[in-house]
Amino acid sequence: MPIDKSMNVLIVDDYKTMLRIIRNLLKQIEFNNVEEATDGADALSKLRSGNFGLVISDWNMAPMTGLQLLQEVRADAKLKNTPFIMVTAESKTENVVAAKQAGVSNYIVKPFNAETLKGKIEMVLAHA
Amino acid sequence: MRDGATPLTRRPTPSGQAGGTNANPVDRDMVTEVVRTVLTTMTGDLTANETSLLHEVEALGRTIAAAKQDIAALQVDDIKARDIPFATDELDAIVEHTAAATNAILESCEILDEVAGTVTGDVSTRLQDAVTKIYEACSFQDITGQRITKVVATLKTIENKVAQIIATFGTEGEAIALATPVSSSPGSDLLNGPQLPANAMDQSDIDKLLASFG
Repeated sequence: MPIDKSMNVLIVDDYKTMLRIIRNLLKQIEFNNVEEATDGADALSKLRSGNFGLVISDWNMAPMTGLQLLQEVRADAKLKNTPFIMVTAESKTENVVAAKQAGVSNYIVKPFNAETLKGKIEMVLAHA
Repeated sequence: MRDGATPLTRRPTPSGQAGGTNANPVDRDMVTEVVRTVLTTMTGDLTANETSLLHEVEALGRTIAAAKQDIAALQVDDIKARDIPFATDELDAIVEHTAAATNAILESCEILDEVAGTVTGDVSTRLQDAVTKIYEACSFQDITGQRITKVVATLKTIENKVAQIIATFGTEGEAIALATPVSSSPGSDLLNGPQLPANAMDQSDIDKLLASFG
């Protein structure tokens, strides 16, 4: 099934530079409807009031971490099926296991390249 | 114990426990007074054990005095008041400057990206590929920022320890406010930050781990 690249994508990171990088990389693979959130609470508010087909979130944020955001998303009846990719420098086994148990769709470790991002998005959306 | 000797046991804390490592610093005047009282009562012939004990107490006193001198020579006040804040400010400045530089690079890349869209063929592809590689490389700023945050947290721990040393060995009246430990938020036990390359799992390790969940 072809991927709908006109979908709304929410990217979440407290580093504005990282948001800018991910937005530009998404633009290169033709995802142009991208919204940004700089923390978990902002992301939840946008998710609840909007219509997003994909969330790409950092883990290490305060006060709400990316893992907590994922747990909130999975606990919300309206949002629970939204594909959620974690993009993070947290690369310990315990982190990956915790994210998987919380229902992450895929996991990208920083630093990453455009090809990895593209591949993971295609994989996640193909199974959505 | 001889009659009239002051007991050398610790005074119980309000909770009924003997003072432990977390109790208030020992009142040195009190200790001196206790030792003096013991010595005063130990007149007359001393046993070999008592003489040995006295030597030990004397040696302990000299060790404490020497440690205090060593700590004073280290100028620990300077470490807390000047050196550590200076180091953390410098590290914060590094994060700021690299963020500014990265944003300048990204701004130029966005222009190149636009230009790549106005040309066709091999030129466009080569431009796009080069810009993509710059975008990827710019994520260093996020990683270094997180690493520096870890270093700053370590420096703050050292600062706290230095404050404890000053509070324990400082002169009377030097009430040092100990830094409040950073409260841990839920889930913070999983915030490890970037791992050193030798210890880190790469993307293929993570993919294998995820696949193992079925």
